[in-house]
Amino acid sequence: MSLSGKVALAGVYEHPARWAPDKTDWQIMAESARGALEDCGLEKGDVDGLLAAGLGMGGLGLIQLSEYLDLKPRFVDGTNIGGSSFVAHVNHAAAAIHAGLCEVALILYGSTAASNAMAIGTGGQAGREPSAAFVSPYGLTTVGGYAMAAQLHMRRYGTTSEQLAQIAVQTRKHASLNPAAKMQKPITIEDVLASRVISDPLHLLDCCIISDGGGALVVTSTERARDLRKRPVRLLGCGEAVWHQETGSPDLLTIAARQSGERAFEMAGLTPREIDLAMVYDSFTITVLLTLENLGFCKPGEGGPFVEGERLSRTGELPLNLDGGGLSSNHPGMRGIFLVIEAVKQLRGESGPRQVADPSLALVHGTGGLLTTQHSGATLVLGSD
Amino acid sequence: MPTEIKHPKPYSDWETRAFWEGIRRHEILLQRCADCSAVQHRPRAICATCLSSRVEVFEASGRGTVHTYTVTHQNQAPAFRGAVPYVLAYVDLPEGVRVLTNIVGCEPGEVQIGMDVVVDFKDLDAETAVPRFRPA
Repeated sequence: MSLSGKVALAGVYEHPARWAPDKTDWQIMAESARGALEDCGLEKGDVDGLLAAGLGMGGLGLIQLSEYLDLKPRFVDGTNIGGSSFVAHVNHAAAAIHAGLCEVALILYGSTAASNAMAIGTGGQAGREPSAAFVSPYGLTTVGGYAMAAQLHMRRYGTTSEQLAQIAVQTRKHASLNPAAKMQKPITIEDVLASRVISDPLHLLDCCIISDGGGALVVTSTERARDLRKRPVRLLGCGEAVWHQETGSPDLLTIAARQSGERAFEMAGLTPREIDLAMVYDSFTITVLLTLENLGFCKPGEGGPFVEGERLSRTGELPLNLDGGGLSSNHPGMRGIFLVIEAVKQLRGESGPRQVADPSLALVHGTGGLLTTQHSGATLVLGSD
Repeated sequence: MPTEIKHPKPYSDWETRAFWEGIRRHEILLQRCADCSAVQHRPRAICATCLSSRVEVFEASGRGTVHTYTVTHQNQAPAFRGAVPYVLAYVDLPEGVRVLTNIVGCEPGEVQIGMDVVVDFKDLDAETAVPRFRPA
């Protein structure tokens, strides 16, 4: 029996912190848990499933987190596939709930990446382990991994820096409507092109910011969610994928979103055309462009013209990253959880000045890792109840 | 003036030692499966295509073409901080694999996708070298 529609997002909470030198990662997760439980009207004692991932969570992270929160969950999942982890966690929580392994799953993230001065994008991918030996001598950075995809897209399809910049401009416009966003001052295409080049062809303003922050999701059966405080947002389709440079020479512009998106749309019985808004991981502008192509919102190579003009604006054909995204609102190392939170708020009509008019279907896609080396993708199709 | 990259020393284990010993001799050693003929890189004890353990080693020509690249202008890691701008690239080898590397021996602005390149070995010490590529 299909999972589609059986499980719902019942509670969400985005931690307001963007700079929190006085907090720990655990504390941000716990405060977020409190917020999401309050949002849906459940108690900590109702939680019997726990899912989390984090930059500092080691092999026993889920045990430490359970202890911190004094929880004894009967379903746990610490899948860490990078920034998309929390999108995949929704998938895993839904499967567990549908299979009867737990009833109320809590998904958590918390990070003080900014106040700990982590150079996430430009710190270099180093390491003494032998598997790093094919990467670390050459100075691969996170932004460099994505920049090589952008360079190839430009060469193959004639995509321009102006087109990529349009994504940053539109996202900043949405951030200006979000009082919690870290960067709210509107920018122009010229501002993006005039910002310094970090890794050619990506400029500073093509790159996500680094902040502190965290969030929480409460997932339960749609049936149970209907008795809770907020209108449920149903999971209609989900999919995930891991992608890598393996033994041969795969196409670097075909990304994990191709596989996870196909699966999610198939499960939902929907097509990209029917989607009212999209929350797409925007580590870099190129990430958005490639994701939209691979999810089927436009054909491969057409991403450049597709993102031009007002299409991605709040009132456009495909409103995108309404919270201001990682480019402008927050990016505490991993940001998949915020994609889900904003999609849920939008579908509930709770997004205030940045609210899209009466949406009923949202697409969420998280990307983790480095696009041209090893990365993951997780896709959700969400619908109002 | 940027300084040359101080390539961090690659560490090896028994799965990758033959490759790095080859590099020290200025040879690029790739792997081919004796059962399914798949060519693979990076080296490992099994064939990632068919899981056979009959993985054989052969020497690559050392030629290649730039598949894509980026001129890196910011890297906070000490080995690279002073070396920017430097070129990070994927190079397609005619043997059928793609390798991550640096393009050296020309101005960063001269690198193009599709450019023919040849291997350029950099000796780090008596025991260790790193393969980069330069214009052919």
